[in-house]
Amino acid sequence: MQPVEQRDEVEMLSLMLLIRRFEERASQQYQAQKIGGFCHLYIGQEAVVVGAIAAVRPDDYIITAYRDHGHALARGTTANACMAELFGKETGCSRGLGGSMHFFDKRHHMYGGHAIVAAHVPLGVGLAFAIKYRSEDRVTLCFFGDGAINQGSFHEALNLAALYKLPIIFICENNLFAMGTSVTRSTSLKQIVDRAEGYDIPGEIVDGMNFREVRDKIAEVADSIRKESHPAFLEVRTYRYRGHSMSDPASYRTKEELEKYRLDDPIIRLRAQLTREGKLTNEQFDQLDRQAKQTVLDAVKFAEESPQLPVEKLYDYVYFNGAKL
Amino acid sequence: MREITYRQALNEALAEELERDPDVFLMGEEVAEYQGAYKVSAGLLQLFGPKRIIDTPISENGFAGLGIGAAMVGLRPIIEFMTFSFSLVAFDQVVNNAPNMFMMSGGQFNIPITFRGPNGPAHQLGATHSHATENFYASVPGLKVCTPATPRDAKGLLKTAIRDDNPVLVLEAELLYSSKGMVEPPDEELLIPLGKAEVKREGSDVTVVCYAQTVPIALKVAAQLEEEDISAEVVDLRSIKPLDERAIFDSISKTHRVVIVEQDHPYCGVGAEICYRIQKDIFDELDAPILRVSQEDVPMPYNEQLEHHVLPNAEKLFAAVKKVCYA
Ligand SMILES: Cc1ncc(C[n+]2csc(CCOP(=O)(O)OP(=O)(O)O)c2C)c(N)n1
Ligand SMILES: [Mg+2]
Repeated sequence: MQPVEQRDEVEMLSLMLLIRRFEERASQQYQAQKIGGFCHLYIGQEAVVVGAIAAVRPDDYIITAYRDHGHALARGTTANACMAELFGKETGCSRGLGGSMHFFDKRHHMYGGHAIVAAHVPLGVGLAFAIKYRSEDRVTLCFFGDGAINQGSFHEALNLAALYKLPIIFICENNLFAMGTSVTRSTSLKQIVDRAEGYDIPGEIVDGMNFREVRDKIAEVADSIRKESHPAFLEVRTYRYRGHSMSDPASYRTKEELEKYRLDDPIIRLRAQLTREGKLTNEQFDQLDRQAKQTVLDAVKFAEESPQLPVEKLYDYVYFNGAKL
Repeated sequence: MREITYRQALNEALAEELERDPDVFLMGEEVAEYQGAYKVSAGLLQLFGPKRIIDTPISENGFAGLGIGAAMVGLRPIIEFMTFSFSLVAFDQVVNNAPNMFMMSGGQFNIPITFRGPNGPAHQLGATHSHATENFYASVPGLKVCTPATPRDAKGLLKTAIRDDNPVLVLEAELLYSSKGMVEPPDEELLIPLGKAEVKREGSDVTVVCYAQTVPIALKVAAQLEEEDISAEVVDLRSIKPLDERAIFDSISKTHRVVIVEQDHPYCGVGAEICYRIQKDIFDELDAPILRVSQEDVPMPYNEQLEHHVLPNAEKLFAAVKKVCYA
């Protein structure tokens, strides 16, 4: 078993900042109609994916739903490739063919970006199946929302993973809402994590606003899986600050609730921890933030200036051998 | 008559049928408290209460099946799919349970259910969210499929669908929800039969067969063609199944030329079926080969210009009409 390299916490903080600034800029560019379709922002949830990737190796597999910008950025897809995808450009991570909801990056083992709720959970199980089939030292991180846990494919996937003892961590990003439907109105259980028990999969609740807690828990679970293959389930409690998508005013929740979570902001929290421990000064933080903002601005420029895929090449992406049938 | 939106027309149809028949209920994701993802069910929760306007979890296969079960014992469910792209999660229920039950049970169980929601590509939603499902569903015996293009048709067809004793799919269109049109006043019963096309514009040189989102395209192109002295007759199918062959044949018998502009893919698309019927029954009426305008045979790309290239659009239709007219 190869050791997992400890990731520098300041670097992880700057990754969270990059995601935050990227999403703010994406929101602005969406309003300027540079970005089309549905666009779901990850603001507020940054500690979940950054904590998770800090706990695993770059060649472990990850797969997620349509709220995927943060996952790609955390994995190492450049801000340029992400922004260009939103702009529908050929330089985008999916060549401008997928859009916001369908980010893919094979090189960084990011297997999508999937927009049908819960349809990717069985795919995650398939990735894990291949790991075990080839006796590889890897784990799969499969992210999905609280809204996904009531789909048949979710249940079938959990049972399959448990039955075949596959190396997968199911990571439910519980931000309390699926569009306008709160978990209490969608799910018969009091706690989402109890879904795992029904499949004899070990499950735990994690504070998703706390980077260190997410990282440490996922590191512990991944370590156990690497020793002996099995699935695990984490209900990671988090919050999205914005509406479900760019077109949702989120009038189903109160300002007070939003404010409560903002006070618990994952970036502020990690920054405070690092500052308290003397690992980060205010000047350094400001510098990181300036850098993040600049990277994102550069990405907008890159996306603007990039070409689109020419129409004639469209048919190269229907069948693998490029045939037009 | 008064002018209302397509969305309002659907909303009125739902309200009227819920009012008329206590066995009718509406179920789907975000239909109640959120007032509908596209606001089609706005106000219904307030009017009819949570017993009849029911929010579901994201469980399409589950609640589509629930509807079919409830219909077996006489309720008349209206199941909303947030979009028909998500109906694919419930494909088994819609295709294997709803339309087969009557035959399998030797006529004991008919399924009076309505499946409704937006269908077809909207704008830059990408491959998973842009499905035009009319040709899949119309190929299944036991299902009926309608595709309203105007507020009036939306209201009249949805009301008829709800009263039908068989499974009916009402395929709406996201891009049409805010479009406006004249509709009878609310105190006048408006029922439009399934399987009745409507000539949306009369013409004498060429027939353009269309439905749903391709109707406004056809009307726009017909207006452009007028400037070139080509008189196009626009036939809106309104229902894909049953299909109003008579209306198509009557128009072609007058114009002798036809272009079919459809929202789905070319391979096994709705237009393929119509072509077959035309050449079988009125071959001698044709003065030119039939042309079809549809989506390109590719999954939908996100990029705006590529999407436009893939969609049936006015430029393609214009060119096709000129071609069949040898103009
Ligand atoms: C099968 C299916 N049904 C409905 C939708 C529409 N939809 C998109 S996201 C969403 C809510 C999902 O919420 P959740 O899983 O909690 O993820 P979050 O948006 O909170 O990240 C819904 C209903 C869809 N994409 N796929
Ligand atoms: Mg959620």
